[in-house]
Amino acid sequence: MSFQTAIFYAFAAILLFAALRVITARNPVHSALFLVLAFVTAAGLWMLLEAEFLAIVLVLVYVGAVMVLFLFVVMMLDINLDRLREGYWDYLVPALVVAGVMVLEMATILLGRYFSLEGMPRPSPRPADYSNTRELGRLVYTEYVYPFEVAAVLLLVAIVAAIALTLRARKDSKFQDPARQVKVKRADRVRLVSMPAEKPAGGGKEG
Amino acid sequence: MDFFQQLLGPAWPLVWTTLKIVAIVLPIMGAVAYLTLAERKVIGYIQVRIGPNRVGPRGLLQPIADALKLLTKEIIIPAGANRFLFLLAPVISIMAALAAWAVIPFDAHLVLADVNAGLLYVLAITSMGVYGVIIAGWASNSKYAFLGGLRSAAQIVAYEIAMGFALVGVLMMSNSLNLGDIVRAQEGRAGLLSWNWIPLFPMFVVYVISAVAETNRAPFDVAEGESEIVAGFHVEYSGMAFAIFFLAEYANMILVSTLAAIMFLGGWLSPVPGLPGGVHWLLLKVVFGLFFFLWFRATFPRYRYDQIMRLGWKVFIPVTLVWLLVVGVWMRTPLWLWN
Amino acid sequence: MNAIREFFRTFLLFELLRGMALTGRHLFARKITIQYPDEKTPQSPRFRGLHALRRYPNGEERCIACKLCEAVCPALAITIESEQRTDGTRRTTRYEIDLTKCIFCGFCEESCPVDSIVETRLFEYHGERRGDLVYTKEMLLAIGDRYERQIASDRAADAAYR
Repeated sequence: MSFQTAIFYAFAAILLFAALRVITARNPVHSALFLVLAFVTAAGLWMLLEAEFLAIVLVLVYVGAVMVLFLFVVMMLDINLDRLREGYWDYLVPALVVAGVMVLEMATILLGRYFSLEGMPRPSPRPADYSNTRELGRLVYTEYVYPFEVAAVLLLVAIVAAIALTLRARKDSKFQDPARQVKVKRADRVRLVSMPAEKPAGGGKEG
Repeated sequence: MDFFQQLLGPAWPLVWTTLKIVAIVLPIMGAVAYLTLAERKVIGYIQVRIGPNRVGPRGLLQPIADALKLLTKEIIIPAGANRFLFLLAPVISIMAALAAWAVIPFDAHLVLADVNAGLLYVLAITSMGVYGVIIAGWASNSKYAFLGGLRSAAQIVAYEIAMGFALVGVLMMSNSLNLGDIVRAQEGRAGLLSWNWIPLFPMFVVYVISAVAETNRAPFDVAEGESEIVAGFHVEYSGMAFAIFFLAEYANMILVSTLAAIMFLGGWLSPVPGLPGGVHWLLLKVVFGLFFFLWFRATFPRYRYDQIMRLGWKVFIPVTLVWLLVVGVWMRTPLWLWN
Repeated sequence: MNAIREFFRTFLLFELLRGMALTGRHLFARKITIQYPDEKTPQSPRFRGLHALRRYPNGEERCIACKLCEAVCPALAITIESEQRTDGTRRTTRYEIDLTKCIFCGFCEESCPVDSIVETRLFEYHGERRGDLVYTKEMLLAIGDRYERQIASDRAADAAYR
């Protein structure tokens, strides 16, 4: 067994364990953290496949941003575990069906006569200075520019829709507007006046 | 060297790489120790004091005394804390702060791993540092720590985007993600005028401010917020566990200063045309950047949390996007002078 | 026009730079640190430090156990017990100041009709056990005996303003 294969099996084992713990961990924060572990090991596996751009972007986007927000939300929630477990047996049957279909699909590709892995040519190893990122960029902005732009627009629509759905401006709620607060200058609030330090002699009574 | 190579056989690359890593990490640790002293001295001077001056000549042994003190202190794990995660958090922090150094080019040839996607790697690794803060905040089972963790999570996500956009500008200038190539692309006849900081000036400013926010330094230190939430995410940490967080924070400061030097200030290149470049120029630029960190801390009061969010999302991201467009158009005109 | 000016001022970080210029100037200002154990700041004759009980020149203690200081003490740090002596005068049998409670306001000194309880310039004292900072009558009298010259000269210096 070569060094790379050993690394692959180690990473694969960690990935499977982490993925399993994501759905079995009792504490949702633990689940989210195991998901982070799964992402990082998946990135390691992709790195073995010489897909360094995708691997790093997986870490950057999913681990660095998406899961941080996920954790943010999960840590804030007060989750009742018993209520979460209520529908377990009701969902078991459809879940089993979906799992069966997935196993079937994977079996067709990995074991099937027509789609077997042997049918695919093995990718030739690249020279060390081969830049995955450059190739991806070239493809995305030449051959696949329209699908890429369409996907981008789709995402934008989804963002706008998500904001529009959750944006509820209540008229009676009071809030601060930091943009207006930072705009305030000293001249808007403070007026310096110069006055004599003492009242002129003879004017007014003492005290 | 050949002798050792034969002696160790197949284990030689492992040993050699480990030695190189030690050669990078040890000076960083030393730099961190003396950065703490420099911080206390500089801030002291700005506050018209003289700072530590009792331990050793002119206080030069102060960091060693501090380190010894922290080493001998007890690590207290609070009741109800998640023991494993509590101890994992500082490890993640320091990991993120040190791992990114692997791709930093100190010189034209002096780099541990000359990878093609160096810039992305640095971004990815530094974005993992926030887990140290979040996990510390959650695992401490303390409200102050928890608030610190939450604040840090939202802040890091906001500023990482602005930072990423600022780096896209650098990418456009150099046509490469390799940090060494980024420096080489800044080489020019005009010395410091041909570096990236002039055409990308708004992005440089955004990067510097985001870097301060990313490292949780004043005025963006809401995750610690001594005056509001005691010490934020590391309120429950003591002894060496606390020291690791401390090390990570300062190592991160040095890291982002180095990155700023590499991406905007010409890395190891000399500012005066004609003089040879070298690692000393990089060090000089890093020290310059670090001094600004301390100067900021001594000058600005802590930003309020909602204003931090506004600055990140509503100011920095639009500014960087607009400047990306400006640079993109500018590069296509004859007025572009930085080739 | 003003809006444009404000816009540029905001984006060029004008105010932040002004703040940094201010702190930058202080970086080079003359430092005012006093290296404490080696150097000390000058003290006023009105300095309010550790307490002392004074005596008359003939050796008789001044305190007549009127308990005004005990009554005026806002921190309830003074405890006094008194008895009639064989010569018919009233004197304290117990005069204690709990310095962990004392806030050094100086009210005891001001209320004293016979200038007995005073605050000296001493501020470098310490206790190593819990009870060490409860000063008894003997300790206070000893301080008074020891620093009588300085106490008297401080009272004389301040007498014109009382």
